[in-house]
Amino acid sequence: MITIKNGRILDPANNIDEILDLTIENGVITQIGKNLPEGLRTGEKSQAINAENMWVVPGLIDMHVHLRDPGYKHKETIKTGTQAAAKGGFTTICAMANTNPVTDNEIVVEYITSKARKEGVVHVLPIGSVTKGMAGQELSAIGEMAAAGICAISEDGKFVENPALLKTAMTYAKMFNLPILSHCEEPRITGSGQIAAGNHAENLGLKGIIPESEEMAVARDIILAKAAKSRLHICHVSTQESLYHIRNAKAKGIAVTAEVTPHHFTLCVEDIPPYDANFKMSPPLRTAADIAALKAALQDGTIDVIATDHAPHHADDKNCEFELAQNGIIGLETAISLSITELIEPKILTPLEWVAKLTVNPAKILGLADKGSLTIGTNADVTIIDPNVEYTIDKNNFASLSKNTPFVGRKTKGKALYTIVAGKIILNAGELIC
Amino acid sequence: MSKLPKKDLLGIKNLSATEILTLLEMAKAEKPKIKNPQLRDDSLKNVSLATLFYENSTRTKLSFLLAGDYLGAITNDLNISTSSVAKGETLIDTGLTLDSMGINIIVIRHSMAGSAQLLAENVSAAVVNGGDGSNEHPTQALLDLFTMWEHKNSFANLKVAILGDIANSRVARSNIFGLTKLGANVTLAGPPTLVSQNMASLGVTVTNNITEAIADADFIMGLRVQLERQKAATFPSLAEYAHFWGLTKEHLQHAKPDAIIMHPGPVNRGVELSTELIDGDRSVIYPQVENGVAIRMAVLKYLALANIGNIGAKKDYVIKFL
Ligand SMILES: [Zn+2]
Repeated sequence: MITIKNGRILDPANNIDEILDLTIENGVITQIGKNLPEGLRTGEKSQAINAENMWVVPGLIDMHVHLRDPGYKHKETIKTGTQAAAKGGFTTICAMANTNPVTDNEIVVEYITSKARKEGVVHVLPIGSVTKGMAGQELSAIGEMAAAGICAISEDGKFVENPALLKTAMTYAKMFNLPILSHCEEPRITGSGQIAAGNHAENLGLKGIIPESEEMAVARDIILAKAAKSRLHICHVSTQESLYHIRNAKAKGIAVTAEVTPHHFTLCVEDIPPYDANFKMSPPLRTAADIAALKAALQDGTIDVIATDHAPHHADDKNCEFELAQNGIIGLETAISLSITELIEPKILTPLEWVAKLTVNPAKILGLADKGSLTIGTNADVTIIDPNVEYTIDKNNFASLSKNTPFVGRKTKGKALYTIVAGKIILNAGELIC
Repeated sequence: MSKLPKKDLLGIKNLSATEILTLLEMAKAEKPKIKNPQLRDDSLKNVSLATLFYENSTRTKLSFLLAGDYLGAITNDLNISTSSVAKGETLIDTGLTLDSMGINIIVIRHSMAGSAQLLAENVSAAVVNGGDGSNEHPTQALLDLFTMWEHKNSFANLKVAILGDIANSRVARSNIFGLTKLGANVTLAGPPTLVSQNMASLGVTVTNNITEAIADADFIMGLRVQLERQKAATFPSLAEYAHFWGLTKEHLQHAKPDAIIMHPGPVNRGVELSTELIDGDRSVIYPQVENGVAIRMAVLKYLALANIGNIGAKKDYVIKFL
């Protein structure tokens, strides 16, 4: 039995924001209330956690993570990826399909889930690809993968260029109630672009990426989702006009949702030091005006979810010519602190609004009825956050196998101290214990 | 003469106006050695230089090698296509290999922006950027500036028009950085597919009108049009490009009466410039080539001075000859 005492319970699903105690027994949340006794009802080993001045929230869900197994275990394994998740306060992560082999059939799904059972320390929900081998030609074994437990389909990292094929996939996926998570980027517009177009790109002589490469893809996918009457989730939105399209679609009742990454609301293109590939990602860092628009969209609900797009890469994949460097940064272990520093401290979001974007909202999109809340009787996935601790991000403290992040040396505030997965303490007072 | 503190020459954007002018002065002192073998010396004796060219360029490479030879350096060309790249070696590993062999100065040309900086950050040798993607080609800009300076002796209020494929041109970019630092006015012109309005942020005027661009110009610089750009559908054909953007004698009535025509070479006759202009008395295309050797001699000495001790250049030698 675990008793969490005097924490600020933030449970948006049940609209609770109050100092209360919470108890966990046999892996289930059993009570929430004032002055709960640290009882030993069943004789089970008892632990009390003093959560004064801390936030007690449903275990965070990251619906956009790249685990690199199978295929790239030198970048991240399921063990290190889930440890990084636990360290960052996440109890559930969704694993994108661009593994090698691609997650396009039940065998790969089974491989990931069985490996996660063996070496993972948080819940891992695989995502299946839209097309076989992510080659954009034939549908993946979507139904077979649905039966094996995928939570969504996505071609993330790639764009399904053929609109008829994507519409077919959307229509077919409805049979299994799977949402499509779309990486919206028209690659023929991006071309050989490296960073967002504008003064900084001109100054560095790097080819620019115009925002329209994302926006026309967002608009197209919304049109297709409307035609297919399916559920569309737009990954890592990064531009003002994309938000305009999403906002309009929502107003029209189209089933579209959207996510933003912490790096896109924290950094802009001018922050990129010359040719530093730790700032290279897709979509690229945009402008200060885009950041302001993303924050406004978090406030008004146009953006439903914060997801990290955790994309571990080996040092060799980054310490090379900028053009040759891989896209993406790790994000699991910096999401809380960047959110608190960039969104909560400046009062863009209340703590409760912020928690919703990492818990109940992704749970709803993915159809995870038993996750994303502190409802009594549900699986005890709980995260305890110290929102006040100030520190400098240090790459030696990452549990992830990779260290590719632009945030090393950044002063931030807030971190996960306890991560409890199905009643088991994985992160204890800031230390991984498995 | 001020001491020049930089380990590498990566771009004009990293240089101050004073540093640029110092290099021009140095080039002036080196220039007589090019055509008069008796004046050549061994001020870079024992300094080793390697050219590392990932893109073809006979002239720039030869210009660097001769600049080294005329100053007594040990010069080597790495034949990249048949060696490391074929084996898939990384740029950093190739650089460290050259370091280990005692190379003091590496001249790199590479198709990707930032590659010279990457190399410089990872080797102890001094690095000269011989052109990195669409970023910079500092020695080309320095030789262009040197050529203008020889004619005008000052940059204040000069008007320089750069015509053609600006968006993909490291020559244009380096010239823009240099000219704006020295107080000249720069106008860029070309088809809108090859000249980005974003470039105005670099402190220049951007137009798609050739007459407007060369109005009252002191210098008109044509840039080489790459056939690949036609394949990338940025213009329909070289003939159409030449029709709208090829500079002819008729255009020159809009420029200053003593306007000078420049081109970094190799030139496509009848495309960027008419044959009449190339061979005419306003063209300085061949003096530019000569000045290229002078500038590269100056740059090698500059780096030897900046890296004394580090690269084993003998201080007495370098300073004596500066
Ligand atoms: Zn993506």
